[in-house]
Parts: sequence; structure tokens; C-alpha cells
Amino acid sequence: MNRKKIVSTVKKLVVKANTELRKDVAGLLRTAYQDEDNRQAQEALGVILENARIARARRIALCQDTGLPIVFLEAGADVKISRALIDAIQEGIDQGYAEYGFRASTIDSDRHLSYSPYITHIGFTRKKGFTITVFPKGFGSENKSQLKMFNPTVSRESIDEFIVEAVRKAGCDACPPYVVGVGIGGTSDSCLLLAKEALIGRIDRPARDTSAGKWETSLYEKINALHIGPMGLGGKYTCLAVKIKTAPTHIAGLPVGVNISCHALRSASATIRDF
Amino acid sequence: MELKTPLSEKDLISLKAGQVVLLNGTVYTARDRAHQRFIELLGRTQALPLDLKNKIIYYCGPNIKGDTLGACGPTTASRMDVYMKAMYIQGVAATIGKGQREPAMRQLCKEYKRVYFVTHAGCAAYLRNRITSYRLIAFGDLGAEAVFEFEVEKFPLIVAIDTQGNDIYERLGTSSE
Ligand code: SF4
Repeated sequence: MNRKKIVSTVKKLVVKANTELRKDVAGLLRTAYQDEDNRQAQEALGVILENARIARARRIALCQDTGLPIVFLEAGADVKISRALIDAIQEGIDQGYAEYGFRASTIDSDRHLSYSPYITHIGFTRKKGFTITVFPKGFGSENKSQLKMFNPTVSRESIDEFIVEAVRKAGCDACPPYVVGVGIGGTSDSCLLLAKEALIGRIDRPARDTSAGKWETSLYEKINALHIGPMGLGGKYTCLAVKIKTAPTHIAGLPVGVNISCHALRSASATIRDF
Repeated sequence: MELKTPLSEKDLISLKAGQVVLLNGTVYTARDRAHQRFIELLGRTQALPLDLKNKIIYYCGPNIKGDTLGACGPTTASRMDVYMKAMYIQGVAATIGKGQREPAMRQLCKEYKRVYFVTHAGCAAYLRNRITSYRLIAFGDLGAEAVFEFEVEKFPLIVAIDTQGNDIYERLGTSSE
């Protein structure tokens, strides 16, 4: 295992995720800025875009809440998951956060502050190599997560109501405009993970499955009808996108999880093939 | 409109919910654990490490590396609602944060003639450019949750709750409703 390469790759991802606004998010913010006709809300969107320019140029974190450093690891058929690999990733996280002065926001029961243990989710693919995604999640938005265990025969309207209500309850606390991740199916724990995973992929493209895409669009419209807007100032953009991920579930239930991201939706991925 | 600290009672009373203000002068950071410490010290009738009279509290846990201040945007104000009354009794003039507060905060702002400001949430690099200097004041062991003094220049604020108890976020309802 090429430990050095893994450490340096993760370190780069830490810096990229925290200082460079994702292109898809930036694109949707620019569209919102151009389209918004509530002047105060538009100015707030302008400040968000200006913030991204400064953060990138000066390598300052987009947000002071540099989050819990969550890592998604997608391991290919040729990858051996070992303690050494996990330790190397941790090392890259520690170095990246410390070197750039990103805030240590993780606290343990002894009140010790650190960047660890970061949370790792491991998935498997048939491709070669492994993909590491660093996903710093701020808690202003994480605190607004919601889970509901529905009956299997629940109507689409009731699910929509629950999701829209989750956003309404978040109000403007979690830094709108939001990106709303929704997980449907699986178990109570895995549907919330699906909701978070929904935020990793590009958010500016409609879902491949057209019926899922239609559902996302109709939720997007319902959420934007709340008129919370940037800083709670109103306007057309309470959310930039809604992303749904589904999984099979038990015949006796239908778990639905909502994971809200602030406009500072941060993640960076890299695939390592020779390791 | 530009304002300079310390804010006089007249300044505070003149502010109206929704108004945009550029602040010049000094603010002090404090978030969850610093507030908890303040309350513990007050409970033991011990002196606070700084006199809170007429001070502006900025709910912020900045990024700091060595001597360099990095990102420093606002954190969610409602987590500090439980400490608000005690802070006003100590003389805190205003608070800066993000998000809605419990409806009871409207009454407190009215009663004590105090103001709650919000600033651009999630725009920590942008706000960094409005801070000219900083120093550690107290509770260094709390890391980012320590109390820092920030000198600010044209720091952008919006009055969220004014001294009449008007709240720009009333239209959004509350999370408990
Ligand atoms: S919710 Fe997001 S943008 Fe807002 S303070 Fe937290 S991390 Fe920053």
C-alpha cells in the first residue's frame, strides 16, 4: 500500500472540499442570483458567491464550521480494506485540517477536541481501485435531520408533507438555500445514510429515472413555495435542489430520511488506482 | 447606515427590524461553552474574565492557525437562547448570530432594550475580510469556543429583533409550532 499517496490525496481533498465551492452548487447559486427578484435575497446570494471567490483565492474555509469530516470509501474488487488504509486516511484528514487551520469541531466525552475519529462509510464496487470522498458536514444543517417510519401503503402526498415540513422546521437556521437529500427505503439507519449520499453526486442534473426526476422537481417546487430564502429573507430560492435515493425495504414499513445541507455543500472525491 | 461601538441606548432604540447596518468597532465571540462558563462563574459569584456591560457578543467559533485568523462566520443563535436573560442582566447590548430565535427572545429584547442582529451565514471567508485584528480574551482551553475580541470594519448586519420586540423571522413560524 502506498501510504504516502493516500495521505497526500486525502489531504488535498480536505483542502479542496473546505475551500472550493462545488461547481454544481456554484452554478445553481449563480442561476438563482440572476433569477431572484427579491433584492435583499439577491444581495445575500451575491455575498455567498463572493464568499466562494475569497475562500478559493485565499484558501480560507468557506465556512468556519469545517464540519465532522465524514469519509465515503468505495472499494473496488482489487482493494483490500485494512486498518493501515483507514489509518492513512485519518492521517490525511488530520494533516489537511491542521495545516490549513480548519476548526477541530469533534469533541469526545473527555472534552478533547480533534478531527477524529472521522466517520467512514464503506461501500463496494466491481470497478478497480478505490474512490475516497471527503464530506465535511456542518452541524447547523445536520441538526435538522429527520427520520420517519411510514406505513408501507403511505401516500406520496404524506411523504412530501413530511419532507417539506422538515425544511419548514429548519427555517433559516441551517443556512439556506438548501440542498435537500432524501433517502427512502432500507432501514431507519440506512435511509438516513441514503439521504446523505444523495448529496454527494451532481445536484444540477435531473435523476436518470424520469419518475424520480419528476418527484424531485415537484418537491423542489413545494419547498421553494415556503419562501424562506437566503438568510430567511424570502425570495424564490429556499432550496437549490432536491435529491432522492431509494433502496428496497421490508414489506411492513417505509423509512424516509431527510438530510439537509446548507448552501455550503462540501465534498471532494478522488479515485486511486495504483496504491 | 454605519454604527460604531459601544452602541448607546439611543443607537439601539433607533434600530428597526430589517434594517441593514455596517458595524465598526469591537465585538466579542462566545458560543455554547463560553456561555456555559459565564453562567458557572456567575453561579459561584465569581468575576467574569471580561465585563459584559455594553458589549456585543458574536456567536462564532473561528478557524485559527497560529497567529492567523481564518474563517469566522456566525453560528446558530437559538442554542444560546437559554443564556440570553442572564447575558442581558450582565449588560450585553446586542448579539450577532444566524437563524431564528425562540419567540420569548422578542419579549426579552423589548424588556431590556436590546437587539439581535444576523449576518451572512456560511459566508465565513467574506466576513473574515471585515475583521482587522483579533486577540484571545478568555477560556483559551476551549479552542474555537474561547472568547476572542474582534476589531471589525463595516461588518454587515441585519437587525433581526429590535428593541420593540419586532422579529423579521416571525413570518417563518417556529420549529416547535
Ligand atoms: S449550516 Fe453550513 S453554512 Fe451554515 S454554519 Fe453550518 S456549515 Fe456553515
